[in-house]
Formats: sequence, structure tokens, C-alpha cells
Amino acid sequence: MRIQRIESKLVEENKNEKIDLSLLDPIIQKYKNKKGSTIPLLQATQQIYGYIPKDAFMYLSKHTGIKTSELFGVATFYAQFRLKPVGKHIVKVCHGTACHVQGANVISESILEALQIKDGETTPDGFYTVESVACLGCCSLAPVIMIDDEVYGKLTGKSAVNIIKEIQLKENN
Amino acid sequence: MKPTKVLVGLASCGIAAGANKVYEKIEAIKHNEKLTFELTKTGCVGMCYREPLVEVIDDTGSYLYGEIDEQKITEIIEKHIKGKEPVKEYIVKTDLFENPDDSYWKNQVKIALRNCGIINPEDIEEYEQYGGYQAIKKLINQNIQPEQVIQTIIDSGLRGRGGGGFPTGMKWKFAYQSKSEQKYVICNADEGDPGAFMDRSLLEGDPHSVLEGMTIAAYAIGATEGVIYCRAEYPLAIKRLNIAIEQARKKGYLGNNIYGKQGWNFDIYVKEGAGAFVCGEETALMASVEGKRGMPRKRPPFPAVSGLWKKPTNINNVETYANVPYIILNGAESYNKYGTEKSKGTKVFALTGKINRGGLVEVPMGISINDVIFKLGGGIQQNKKFKAVQLGGPSGGCIPDYLSDIPIDYESITSTGAIMGSGGMVVMDETTCMVDIARFFLDFTQKESCGKCTFCRIGTKRLLEILTRICEGEGSEGDIELLESLSQQIKDSSLCGLGQTAPNPVLTTIKYFRHEYEAHIRDKKCPAKSCKKLITYTVIEEKCTGCTVCAKNCPVNAITGERKQIHFIDQNICIKCGVCYTKCKFEAINLS
Ligand SMILES: Cc1cc2nc3c(=O)[nH]c(=O)nc-3n(C[C@H](O)[C@H](O)[C@H](O)COP(=O)(O)O)c2cc1C
Ligand code: SF4
Ligand code: SF4
Ligand code: FES
Repeated sequence: MRIQRIESKLVEENKNEKIDLSLLDPIIQKYKNKKGSTIPLLQATQQIYGYIPKDAFMYLSKHTGIKTSELFGVATFYAQFRLKPVGKHIVKVCHGTACHVQGANVISESILEALQIKDGETTPDGFYTVESVACLGCCSLAPVIMIDDEVYGKLTGKSAVNIIKEIQLKENN
Repeated sequence: MKPTKVLVGLASCGIAAGANKVYEKIEAIKHNEKLTFELTKTGCVGMCYREPLVEVIDDTGSYLYGEIDEQKITEIIEKHIKGKEPVKEYIVKTDLFENPDDSYWKNQVKIALRNCGIINPEDIEEYEQYGGYQAIKKLINQNIQPEQVIQTIIDSGLRGRGGGGFPTGMKWKFAYQSKSEQKYVICNADEGDPGAFMDRSLLEGDPHSVLEGMTIAAYAIGATEGVIYCRAEYPLAIKRLNIAIEQARKKGYLGNNIYGKQGWNFDIYVKEGAGAFVCGEETALMASVEGKRGMPRKRPPFPAVSGLWKKPTNINNVETYANVPYIILNGAESYNKYGTEKSKGTKVFALTGKINRGGLVEVPMGISINDVIFKLGGGIQQNKKFKAVQLGGPSGGCIPDYLSDIPIDYESITSTGAIMGSGGMVVMDETTCMVDIARFFLDFTQKESCGKCTFCRIGTKRLLEILTRICEGEGSEGDIELLESLSQQIKDSSLCGLGQTAPNPVLTTIKYFRHEYEAHIRDKKCPAKSCKKLITYTVIEEKCTGCTVCAKNCPVNAITGERKQIHFIDQNICIKCGVCYTKCKFEAINLS
């Protein structure tokens, strides 16, 4: 089902987050009193912080008049919204039909094994978050992954791991 | 003499294959050597299996080069552009001589995709040079009335390309008949079917045709505002749409008093989706535009009566709108001369999976599935055996090889238990397990169910559990019957198309591949040798030469062994990817 169950643990985990809420002011000005703006408002929030911090819900609600329950309800319905911080780079492994048929599972498992994390998790150093997505629209290049905004196609488990490692190496030097 | 023109296909697929680098290389050479040819970007011509693609047009003709990299393009510039001698071995299409790939184009008729890969999508002038915005101007200049527009669309036989296949003209008529000061037109660009990319390519390659189609719809039904609801996963499509909208506004094609017609106000904006398949369903989509959770509601009232913000709304798919300007400009006959009695015109398909030539094709309705796969698509990769083709994504089904001589039209495809869908065509070979495919789709629908209806929410979960069990060799007698009866209940008690069609992948695979289910359940075997729990890869010691190829290629380092020593696969680490099996030159890997 679409609605993600939010465990209290998750809220606990992020308790110590310190964020600058004033960054939200311009977007509040932009969307306030505009009908149908809940989703763009949340999208803009996520654009700022990389996820939607708990305090942001309260702040947005206070200044726009949209109920927190409504904001939270929308945020938990759509796959795009994240409620916890993400790594510096997001690796999206496509699990659309074409990629599945061409072995997307191998790509996921190889990457996860190399980074020693599970699907949806972030590496301890905060470098990568790996998640599965449905179809990136480049099916003819299946299997496909997308790192940030760049798409890589016609992969094998090995080549996918190599790409991940190369980016890491490049940035660490 | 016209200057030589160089076009680089810069749609998402091309960029992923490295087209940006090629473009930059050409730009650099052009700049450094002060060459005078014209360099532009274009969308996807559909030949995705040959990306990156570069087309050179000079006074002798047009030459499409495939699988181009920085080195090849340097050679092409040197020999072809400077030396006037085309580089034959890289050419994949030209009118001047035959090419092995010509059969890919032969049976295609490009109407919706008429400009894709030809014009620069970021330049409204080019769209206009190719007849763009002529259809809407014709309506206004000749004072053609909305009723006549609707009649033309009805006569053309155009049916909704988003999957349902509802006659577009009829839909417009209902919206036209609803009385209201304010009406909306919506373009459904949510393209949820995982494994399909027709709408993305269209939006990236020819956004103006969609804008024009929507404007014609607005003219016909009397709408004041248009919304394009686009998946967030398509950043390039969104970018190009916004550029196109801005250009159209500047020209007075969108905004107030458009086309010089006093009092005619119509504008379009793009609404980004937020990742939910169910939002492709029209009532859920409208809830999402209104900023709510995208949950479907009961119909009636239909959108034509009460849609977005409770106003009469016409909603169509991207491809549907892209056909409209062509039909208006060239007349209903120009479209309905193609196709079958009940399915007129052409349909775009995204051809993917185990096929040699994967890409985007537009074919006249009535062509057989076999022709698409073998004549256009060039058959199955590595000469494996064709097993089935999946149409319609999570709402569709698998059509087996022995039925694939049926014609592509709405009725014939529905008669197999699959649906036409939006145009995803995923080809599967002997190594694809059909139980696993059913499991894959149920995993998808189960996650994407909005949760409103009990049978859709929980029923799909139970289906998934049973299918997973079967794939893991834990299936028991009676499971198939259980799947069938549960499927029927889900179909009967779901509100929207998602739930009503979710069991289709299960039912069609049981219908045509029951033996595969039985093999999993009774013999604990996966005939396609694909279900991980039911297979193991081991090294055949007598055959292993210790060449180390398998160990080098294993993505998880499950294989160990010294050079010239027998290798060993650690079953606890092995993820059953099969790379060793395909890489070993000595057939020393056993799959059982
Ligand atoms: C679960 C579900 C998902 C859908 N997804 C899409 C989609 O991604 N794109 C689309 O055009 N239509 C989709 N549809 C069909 C729309 O509800 C609607 O019929 C269509 O947009 C109408 O346009 P058309 O008449 O031009 O096809 C979906 C329907 C259902 C039930
Ligand atoms: S059928 Fe499924 S997706 Fe559709 S409304 Fe019901 S629960 Fe939601
Ligand atoms: S590739 Fe084949 S021959 Fe070479 S080490 Fe592996 S099993 Fe042995
Ligand atoms: S299925 Fe992976 S890109 Fe479409």
C-alpha cells in the first residue's frame, strides 16, 4: 500500500537534527494561499533539506494554515518524499519491467553487497543512499541506474559496482 | 547550396548512452576549426538500440550514424563533413543505399512521432516550419466551430492512448456539452507503466505538438486552463515542456486573447507528480493536482461533468493529444485510413526486453505482434527462443508466442486476457520465468495500491505472498486455484482500474503457462532456470581450467581460486546472477 508506516523510532532518530527553518520563508511566501499547493510546497522543502524534517511540517503548517495532518498525510502517500536525511548521492536502481527482465536484481544486490547496506539505506559515511525505483524511462538501455541526475545503462553487476566505486574514489581525492 | 546540418539525438536515452559528450565534442571541433555547418539538438528518432545517434544532412542527402562516440564523430567530421565522403560503416540509415536496419523503419507510420528526432524540441520556429500551430490557426482563420472539430476527431476514430481506448471525440463531446464558465483540459503524462517510455520521448522530442493538441481540445470544449501532470522522474521532459510553454506564450499562443482572438484566454502549466502509480488514474490525478493524496473516487460523476476543482474537465494522454494537430490539419481520413475497423490510426510502442532492436516504434493498428517483434524488432537477443510478450504493464498480461500472430487492435488484444495498454511491449525469452513475472507485477501493484479498497489493498498482498512462496519452491497443491479465485474477487470488488486489472498478469500467466506453475509447485523446479531459490551454480571440476574469468566477473566476489587451479563458488555469497555461466569459455559452470 502507498502509505508508509512511520515508526516512532524514526522520529526519535532525527530528534537532534538542527535545521534552519527560515530557509522556508521564501517558499511559504510563494505558495501561501494558492490552491492545490501542498505538493509543490513539500517538494520545495525537500529541495532545500534533501528530506522533510519533522520541524518543517510544524513550521509550514503554522505559516500556511494547512493542517500538519494533511501535510503529513500527503508526504507519506507519495514515494518521492523522504522523512529522513539522505546520503550525498542517491543511487536509484531501476526495477521497471524491462530492467527486471534484464536482471535488475543482480544490479541491486551487487551494489548493496559492495556498499554493505540494505535497500533504502544510507552508507554510514553518508555518501550513498541506494533505493529501488520503477522505470526511469530508458528501458532500451536496461538494466539502468541513475546516480543523482545521470543515467547509466546496459550494466552488469560488476560495471555498476565499478561506477559506484569510481565516483567515490574521484571525490575522496 | 544549403549548409550542412548536424543533429544529435539528445533525449534521456541518448544522453544516458553518452550523446552529451558527442555533442560537446562536435561543438569543440566546430569552434576550434571554425567550421560552418549547423549543429542542433533533436529528440529521439526511436532507434534507441543504436544510441547515441548523429544525423548529417548535406546537399547529397541525409545520413544517420549510430553508436557514435567521441572518436567516431571526429572521424565523421573529418571524412564526411570536411571531405564530403560519408563513413559507410557507421551509417544505420540513409535514403541513398540499403542498410540492414531498414526493416526497422519499413513498417512504421509516424504520426504522433512525426517530428521526434527531426526538429529541435527547444525551438518553436522549427516546430512551425514543420506545420506546427497550423492546425489551430486553420480552425481560427476558417472559423471552424467546436462541434465540427469534435466531429472530425470522432470521424478520425482516434481512441485514448493512455490505455482505456475510449473514443476521444466522444469524450470531448461530453465535456463540450457540460455547461460551465470554467473548464479544464488535462494532459496525463504520468506514464506509470514501468517499462514504457512513449510519452517521455514524445514530450522530450516534440512538446509543442502536445501543447497544440491541448489547445485544440480547449477550443473544442471551451476550456480556460490546461494542466500537464508529468512524472517527477522525467526532469528533461518537464524542462522542455516549460521552455515550450514559455515560447508559446511569447508568440501569443498561450495566455490572454490568444491567436488574436479577443476574449479567448487559455494557458497551460506543468504540475510535477510525486511518485505514485495510482495518480495515472484520472480521478486520482485530479485529486493530486488539487494537492491531496492521489486516491481515486467513484465515477460518475465523470470528469467531463465534474473534474478538477469540480469543473468539467477533459483528460487525455500525451500521445492522444500529439495526434490531434495532425488530424485537424490533414482531415479525419488522413488518420482513419490506417488501422482496422474499430482501431484506427497508429500506435506507438516502446519495444524492450530480450529484443535485438529495442526502441520506439509507431505502427499502423492491425499489424501483427509477430511483425513488430521479428520484422521491426529484429527478433530475440542471442537467438534465444521467443516465449511471450507483455502488453499493458501491471494492468496487462503476457501473450504467448503461439498467439502472437494476432493483429494489434484493442479487441483482439483484450480477447487474449491482456490489454493494449499505453504501449509498453516487453519481450521475454526462454530464460524468463512466467511465475516470477506475475510475482514482479504483483509486488508492484501491491505497493502502489492506494489502500482504499480492502480487496485491492490486502488481496494483492495475499496474491504476492502465494506467488513468492511458489517461486521459492514452497508452493502447495491448490495454490493455483487459490490464486484464481482470489484474483476474481479482487477484480469484482475494486473501485478503480488499478485493483480491477491487478490480477491480469497472474491470470494470463496461469492461462498460458500453467505448466510452469505446476513445475514450481510439484517438482520444485523453475523451467526457465531463473528463480533463485530453485537453482545453484557450481563449478564442474573436470572442465575448469582455472582461467579466473568467472572470479573476475562475479559482482559479489563469491568465486575463489588461484590461477590454473580449480575454482569454487561460495553458495552463501552467490546471488545467482549467472555471469560466471555466460562468461566461462570452457562450459565449466553447471546450472541446476
Ligand atoms: C491505475 C491506473 C493508472 C493509469 N496510468 C495512466 C498513465 O500513466 N497515463 C495515462 O495516460 N493514462 C493512465 N491511466 C488511464 C487514465 O485513467 C485515463 O483513462 C487516461 O488518461 C485518459 O486519456 P486517454 O483517453 O487519452 O487515454 C491509468 C489508469 C489507471 C486505472
Ligand atoms: S482499487 Fe486499489 S488503487 Fe483503486 S481505489 Fe481501490 S484500493 Fe485504491
Ligand atoms: S571461467 Fe570457467 S574455466 Fe575459468 S576459472 Fe571459472 S569455471 Fe574455471
Ligand atoms: S524499466 Fe528500467 S528504465 Fe524502464
